[in-house]
Amino acid sequence: MIVTLIDHGAGNVASVERALLRISVESIRAATPEPIANATALLLPGVGHFSALIRALDEKSLRRPLLEAIGRGIPFLGICLGLQALYASSDEAPDLPGLGILPGRVSALPLTVKLPHMGWNQIRASTKSSLLRDVPLDAYFYFAHSFAAPRATTSTAATCAHGVEFTAVVEQGNIFATQFHPEKSGAAGALLLRNFVSLAA
Amino acid sequence: MTLARRIIPCLDTDGARVVKGVNFVGLRDAGDPAELAARYNAEGADELIVLDIAASRDRRPTFLETIRRVAAELAIPLTAGGGIRTLEDARAVVRAGADKITVNTAAVEEPELISRLSGEFGAQAVVLAIDAKRETTSWDVRIRGGRDSAHLDAIGWARKGVELGAGEILLTSVDRDGTQSGFDVPLTAAISRAVSVPVIASGGAKLPEDFLQVFSEGEADAALAASIFHDDTQSIRSLKQFLSQSGIPVRFPC
Repeated sequence: MIVTLIDHGAGNVASVERALLRISVESIRAATPEPIANATALLLPGVGHFSALIRALDEKSLRRPLLEAIGRGIPFLGICLGLQALYASSDEAPDLPGLGILPGRVSALPLTVKLPHMGWNQIRASTKSSLLRDVPLDAYFYFAHSFAAPRATTSTAATCAHGVEFTAVVEQGNIFATQFHPEKSGAAGALLLRNFVSLAA
Repeated sequence: MTLARRIIPCLDTDGARVVKGVNFVGLRDAGDPAELAARYNAEGADELIVLDIAASRDRRPTFLETIRRVAAELAIPLTAGGGIRTLEDARAVVRAGADKITVNTAAVEEPELISRLSGEFGAQAVVLAIDAKRETTSWDVRIRGGRDSAHLDAIGWARKGVELGAGEILLTSVDRDGTQSGFDVPLTAAISRAVSVPVIASGGAKLPEDFLQVFSEGEADAALAASIFHDDTQSIRSLKQFLSQSGIPVRFPC
């Protein structure tokens, strides 16, 4: 199993690479359409601004091969912005279309709490989550974001709360995503990455 | 579900080795950064900060190599800084493996640097370090390793830094740094109430009670220490057990 990391230039690809290496999983970087079209498992990392990720995907013509690969059932894991990018749009860049795989709009967390939502928080998982298999219920994960996706009935596998409840883990068929950073979340994050790889194998 | 308060060990380096001293003077060797990083990662540190306190141009490649070695040991976030003056400096540090960058003197001299860093890496990656020294009724911002006054009020500068795009404040009390006489709690509370972003309290940590006080009365989101962890006079695990028993939400590694 080789995980193809989408290297759009606005992600922390090296951190994800190191995290996969620690669990003995091979990865390659892809910055062009062809390796994405031929991938057997895809991972979309992302930090920073929604527009930086979406623009980079479009400028490098990666949107179409990515959507086609996901459409064919290739296992996909989005991290942080890689989760937000799945939705139709984001208030962080209202004019840019997201990937639109999931309905709804990513919006800003409320100003009643300190932002960014930065640090370790716990999540509330639904019982059927396969990404969180064997992960302790009280495990902490590392978050660093100011925008978040709405809670949904079908695609949300876990939620977190910071001022408001939001989607922390997405699971829908072959599509997986986390708002937190498993690559920075110690042993719990490593277990989640291992679960993704075994689901993809 | 509550956001945990973070415990952050700090590695002050001369580029290659961890060093320690009181009030920025009298430095002595305190170990290998990668070895300490591995230890803190295993003991339940929530993040790590690595600083180049010499920050001289010719030591830069050495420090970048140190960041690479430290990052390789970590499954937790890494902040790096010391001597970052340009976007290009920051890019090199991020490429080497840092998740966040911290700026201090250069941001005072050129505040727009904060906006440029935030624009490129996102606010969550920009940590504004403020060294503050107590005056009669306020706190003065110090630069160049605490030596010189920036003639800025610390509360005003923190607010300005957040407006410009800083996503976190690393607040060091120059008076307490290296003294192990406890955090400057009123300073931390004043800054924490003044800004909308998380505040990391630094300078003066010794006892578990110091951490409890800076989290409760000081309203700190995270607390940083160096010597007490390097010397093993305080383990991160037992510190967190104390805090947890005192009602402070902390994370235990699973």
